[in-house]
Amino acid sequence: MTVLKIKFSFQRRVRLAQGLWLLSWVAMFTGVVIFSLGVFLKMELLRRSEVMHTMDIHMVPNMLMLVGLASVGINLCAGRICQDSMNVARFTLWKNFLTPFFMVSLLFTSLLLVAMSLSFALQPSLEESLKIGLKNGIRFYKDTDTPGRCFQKQTIDRLQMEFQCCGNSNFKDWFEVQWINNRYLDFTSKEVKDRMRSNVDGRYLVDGVPFSCCNPASPRPCIQERILDNTAHHNYEYHLEELNLHNRGCREALLSYYMGLMKTIGPGVLSVFLVQLSVLASLRYLQTAMIGVEEQENMEVETEGYILEKGVKETLNEAKENLKNLLPVWTGGQVVDGATEGDAEAEAGAEKEA
Amino acid sequence: MVLMKMKFSFQKRVKLAQSLWLLSWMATVAGSITFCLGCFLKIELRKRAEVMGNTDIYIVPHTLMIVGLGGLGINYFAGRICQDALDPSRFPQWKTFLKPYYGASMFIAFLMFIAMLMSFIMKGSLDSSLRIGLRNGIRFYKDTDTPGRCFQKQSMDRLQMDFQCCGNDDYSDWFEVQWISNRYLDLSTKDVKDRIKSNVDGRYLLDGVPFSCCNPSSPRPCIQYQLTNDSAHFSYEHQTEELNLYLRGCREALVSYYGGLMNTIGVVVLSVLLVQGSVLASLRYLQTSLEALEGQENAEAESEGYLLEKSVKETVMEWLEPVLKLLQLNQVASEEGEAAPA
Repeated sequence: MTVLKIKFSFQRRVRLAQGLWLLSWVAMFTGVVIFSLGVFLKMELLRRSEVMHTMDIHMVPNMLMLVGLASVGINLCAGRICQDSMNVARFTLWKNFLTPFFMVSLLFTSLLLVAMSLSFALQPSLEESLKIGLKNGIRFYKDTDTPGRCFQKQTIDRLQMEFQCCGNSNFKDWFEVQWINNRYLDFTSKEVKDRMRSNVDGRYLVDGVPFSCCNPASPRPCIQERILDNTAHHNYEYHLEELNLHNRGCREALLSYYMGLMKTIGPGVLSVFLVQLSVLASLRYLQTAMIGVEEQENMEVETEGYILEKGVKETLNEAKENLKNLLPVWTGGQVVDGATEGDAEAEAGAEKEA
Repeated sequence: MVLMKMKFSFQKRVKLAQSLWLLSWMATVAGSITFCLGCFLKIELRKRAEVMGNTDIYIVPHTLMIVGLGGLGINYFAGRICQDALDPSRFPQWKTFLKPYYGASMFIAFLMFIAMLMSFIMKGSLDSSLRIGLRNGIRFYKDTDTPGRCFQKQSMDRLQMDFQCCGNDDYSDWFEVQWISNRYLDLSTKDVKDRIKSNVDGRYLLDGVPFSCCNPSSPRPCIQYQLTNDSAHFSYEHQTEELNLYLRGCREALVSYYGGLMNTIGVVVLSVLLVQGSVLASLRYLQTSLEALEGQENAEAESEGYLLEKSVKETVMEWLEPVLKLLQLNQVASEEGEAAPA
């Protein structure tokens, strides 16, 4: 039994073709939009690539760009096909092309849904990547004289100022690394020597943070050294002080920024998916309706259009059979054996019947 | 004698009307662009309104917005007129409208020219406004508990971080004001008391700057206190240190930003003025060439078009006469009024 059968008079076919032509232009435009959204997302991810350890999350924008380009091509073809559908002679040229075209289009359209679900599924991977990347950034903050790492300080400073965050999880991450280079430490002073002896690795650890952690909204000038020492500053209690430094960690800030971006892109992707599906469905109806016209001579006859000729299960079985028949052709040389075996069985069967 | 006379055959008139229609649409778009540029400039100026001493500079975006809206109106009517131009029955309806229309259009074009000039020459006024505003911003930096000034600190900090600048002319401006509020000073310590006694006004002055002056490109952690004391920091010479703080003053940074913006806007307005001028000239040619045809029955005859019927001087006198008469009438009336009671 056919799936979703609809009758199409000549007028309705003409309307369908016109609507499809318009819809294919709209879908082409949305394909371009998807492509540019993918480019934008990729640019944003690349801007902060220095604090990301892995590039897994780039799958999402790559997929969006691929689907955007593919949908431009698909909709161009759809537009040409529906222009040719008014002319029966030209339409028969497209016959062999259409079934693989539908397969490929459905594949690319489903990639949109895959991209959307990936953007949620890859969130833990992004978080892990940011955790490692920021940890390295904070560790190599002081290495402004080491080639390859000399811009870490500037990157981390600008990141903390722009996203209004401090450290990996919070500002205390800065207490655990030496972020002041040895070049700027006076090794003859007692204080420096004490601090370096106070831990196993001989690092100069302070309860201070870089200036980029300072919050401009604070009513008092920024306190960035001896943060835990209440007596070092007049009228200061560090566990009550909320506005002095940025409270948020940079990992959380970046994660919420990127998740926000992808959540905003999500509904757009979904609506483009629906538009594309409707283009493909209309094209399928047009194709099947035209098949009815081909057999008869009169163009203005009423025909039926459908999505699938047989039921879903039967169509899938048919597709499997076709694939099985195609595979021997590719592997080569076995069709002959299969044919002879089949013939032998048929003959045996015929003999039995006889 | 007629100014810039040109002969127009019927074909030429049709072409003129068509190109005028297209040109009027282009000029409409240009007018809306001018309006948007005016809005954009106003928004950008308002973003940093707290460090500007006066609002003189706002005349530039306001003029741009007026000119943009005026241009939209002018070009709308130009399009309507040229649509009706080739229909001899509809065109005479516009006759009485055209003179005031030209007056208004010349006024708008003149305003456009003024706006363009202003956007190039208002930099001096902006400079003095910023000098005053930034000086106040630095002075009231510490007053985070005074209502009306409690956001000066935040706006100065964000300004210095966004524009990568420090102080008014340079960072030493911070040495001359007390930018740390008394609430956070321990007035019992010797150091604080010494500093406060060291100057007439009893202010706590120090050779330090706020954190927002720090340059992230510096290879060493930011030095913001005891800037002139080389011995206070290891391996530090304040005269050779270039990357530690932002060296540029905020006044210079803001003037160059807004100056660049207004230069671009001036160039765009110049091109819009040229487009608008060509619309008005084409409309005038169309009008005069059609008026020459009025008496005749054949609409397809050749006619002459011109910009001005008499020379520039005579036309200006003609226009001013009604205005002068009005003024003289007032004078005569007031003289008679004075004479009568006397």
